Amino acid sequence: MMKRLKKPKEGGAHGHEAVAGWLFISPMVIILGLFLVIPVLMAAWVSVSDWTGRGSPFASTVNFVGTDNYAKLLTEPGLAQSDFGMSIKNNSYYVLLVIPIQTALSLFLAVMVNRRVLKGRGFFRTAFYFPSVTSSVAITVIFLFLFSTTGAVNKALHAIGVNGPQWFSDPKGILHMALGNMGIDTPPAALAGHGFLGNSWWQWLSGPSPAMCVFIIMAVFTTSGTFMLLFISALQNLQGEVEEAGIMDGASGWQRFWHITLPMLKPTTFTVLTLGLIGTWQVFDQIYVGTKGNPSKTTLTPAYLSYSSSFQNNQWGRGAAIAFILFAIIVAMTILQRIVLRDRKTLPKRKRFYRDGPPSAVVPATPTSPLVPTASGAQMDDSTPGEGDQR
Amino acid sequence: MFHKKMMLTVAMTAVGALALAACGGGSDDSNGASSESASTINVLIGSSGDAETKAVTDAVAAWSTESGVKAKVSVASDIAQQLSQGFASGNPADVFYLTNDTIATYASNGSLDPFVEGLSNKDDFYPTIMDSFTYDGQVYAAPKDFSTLALIINSDKWAAAGLTDADIPTSWDELSTVAAKLTTGDTVGLSISPEFARVGAFFAQNGGWLVDDKGAVTADSPENVEALTYVQSLLTSGSMKYASEVGAGWGGEAFGTGAAAMTIEGNWITGALTNTYPDVKYTVAELPAGPAGKGTMQFNGGWGIAADSQNKDNATKLVEYLTQPTQQLTFATDFGVMPAVVSTADQWKTDNPALAPFIEGADYAKSIPNIVGIKDVIDELNSQIQSLSTGDPKTILESTQTNLESISK
Repeated sequence: MMKRLKKPKEGGAHGHEAVAGWLFISPMVIILGLFLVIPVLMAAWVSVSDWTGRGSPFASTVNFVGTDNYAKLLTEPGLAQSDFGMSIKNNSYYVLLVIPIQTALSLFLAVMVNRRVLKGRGFFRTAFYFPSVTSSVAITVIFLFLFSTTGAVNKALHAIGVNGPQWFSDPKGILHMALGNMGIDTPPAALAGHGFLGNSWWQWLSGPSPAMCVFIIMAVFTTSGTFMLLFISALQNLQGEVEEAGIMDGASGWQRFWHITLPMLKPTTFTVLTLGLIGTWQVFDQIYVGTKGNPSKTTLTPAYLSYSSSFQNNQWGRGAAIAFILFAIIVAMTILQRIVLRDRKTLPKRKRFYRDGPPSAVVPATPTSPLVPTASGAQMDDSTPGEGDQR
Repeated sequence: MFHKKMMLTVAMTAVGALALAACGGGSDDSNGASSESASTINVLIGSSGDAETKAVTDAVAAWSTESGVKAKVSVASDIAQQLSQGFASGNPADVFYLTNDTIATYASNGSLDPFVEGLSNKDDFYPTIMDSFTYDGQVYAAPKDFSTLALIINSDKWAAAGLTDADIPTSWDELSTVAAKLTTGDTVGLSISPEFARVGAFFAQNGGWLVDDKGAVTADSPENVEALTYVQSLLTSGSMKYASEVGAGWGGEAFGTGAAAMTIEGNWITGALTNTYPDVKYTVAELPAGPAGKGTMQFNGGWGIAADSQNKDNATKLVEYLTQPTQQLTFATDFGVMPAVVSTADQWKTDNPALAPFIEGADYAKSIPNIVGIKDVIDELNSQIQSLSTGDPKTILESTQTNLESISK
């Protein structure tokens, strides 16, 4: 071994290791390049070309059209723009409702099934996780039956004296319905006259249609189990000391959850929110199987619109452009969320320590040291230290 | 140390060999496929069920035996998507189903071969169907069959409401009257799928259409507005509901389950009723005439051949075989379509006396105009039709006018 280290020119252990390393990852690099990088680059080209869907997109007959396809979606008034605006509106409501509900519900379920006093924890964990491992197509079909006009849900609602909505045929948004009940049927001129992406502000404020609400309920139902699993594993990784210190300081169960457990789960919450954000913006299979955008395009989503523009209507450039705009939206949202959830580098002065150790580096901070009791004994800032150390 | 190096070498060789084997395997396969595709005719169909698949497979097999050319029938699960993929890959199916509303899209990018001019039996077909397959002066599909819309009436509910054959509606007023009479408790008088492909029949009955004879866009004409207003009045009166509002996926389902006493559907409904709702007794009647006379909608199916096909001569011969009158009549018997050949109309009527109203409709039916991008416009119109009960017919048709003008130029 020593001998080798003295003769680096022969290609020491490190040289071999580098070659071996590349060799071992080469199958994956080749597969990713072949099935991910090249197709993405091809799609990028299609989105700025006038390819009509016949033969190779790199043939000499295909021309570069610059941002024409993007302009049709974003700036030129017309059907393409209003459809795209509609899909963004529908999906925004989906994202806005699904993410908070699924994150809160999965955290709640995780905390519940993580309690040692609960009997049959294994059973509950399996039960809650079950919808996540079932095919989304199968669940969509079941939901279509459940929420059909004469389906089980409406029968149950009828039994308690409520007239259920026409889930899959009423195109009205629920906010419009609520306003209609209050007697506001016609939009104020300020909202009807102006708009964004080919839809008036009044249309943007419609809220999700009942059909979209069904998909929202379904998404919460199917994904909560997966995220519950992430939260359970994070909860089991938490050390008991901080919790015990909290008990010693007289914090109530709710305070311990809110000020100790939740901050320490922040890395997992970040993961769950990111995965949720990506998943909800890409919703496709439920729409494809369930409604194809009906009723009145209120379940149209960018992912489905991209598919139908390309494969059904042969507007390949437009379809690819939608996909890239969707990609940009997801990336932008994820960055925004990172900024909002970012760990603050320094903590308030009264906490008397810094996350990465004090600037003078005299005493390194440890996760268990900093519970400085204040007057009431248990008031803690939500930027409790140690949150970054868990992962 | 030496052992480790040996292991590494072995592992590297193994990985390399695997990678090479994988690539080699791939190229072998594709060679095999392309050499086979040169001699075999690939037929892609969108089948309505086992009966259709079997009938087409048998007919193609019979031609193969006769001609000695191999041919293979594949059933598409989503024919629009699979055709698009085929045209994009440069290796499409040779012969496939086409409908009149997709011809313009595929013809405009050069995917289709205009072979119909060369068919020996091209004069046998209905001229209206040939027109609907024409793009830029050339015919791109050989007519194989067609469907029209008619009024389907549940005989038992009809009798229970005290109605007789003399009451079968022949005008809009009569339709409103019987629909109201048939609306009871759990049953609605008339239920249709919420789409232009049903509602459009009323446009035709009022002398309107999306375009006029010269191709100028007339979507917001007073005739169309009046027709859509009439449909709206049926909805608001409660004697007509959309199929989705009675918990059905389409008009035939609403009719079969008994949620509706009447529906407007094409001849494909007969197969669905026989298979799924065999106990429902029904009568087929021509759609009631509107102020401007009789009107209905027509949907045409044809055989297309890919421009990139390696085997156009044999493909054309196969299509010629499949579209000859006797073969079309066989298909009609096997899976209930109407042959697209004029000479067989009388024979078909004799064979299916109860379904005669469907073929009568061919005399005055209209097809969806053949314009590139029309699907988007119709989709948007469908979406407006779904909320027709609260919408304004004039506004709806004005937006359709704008959308149609933007694609027809």
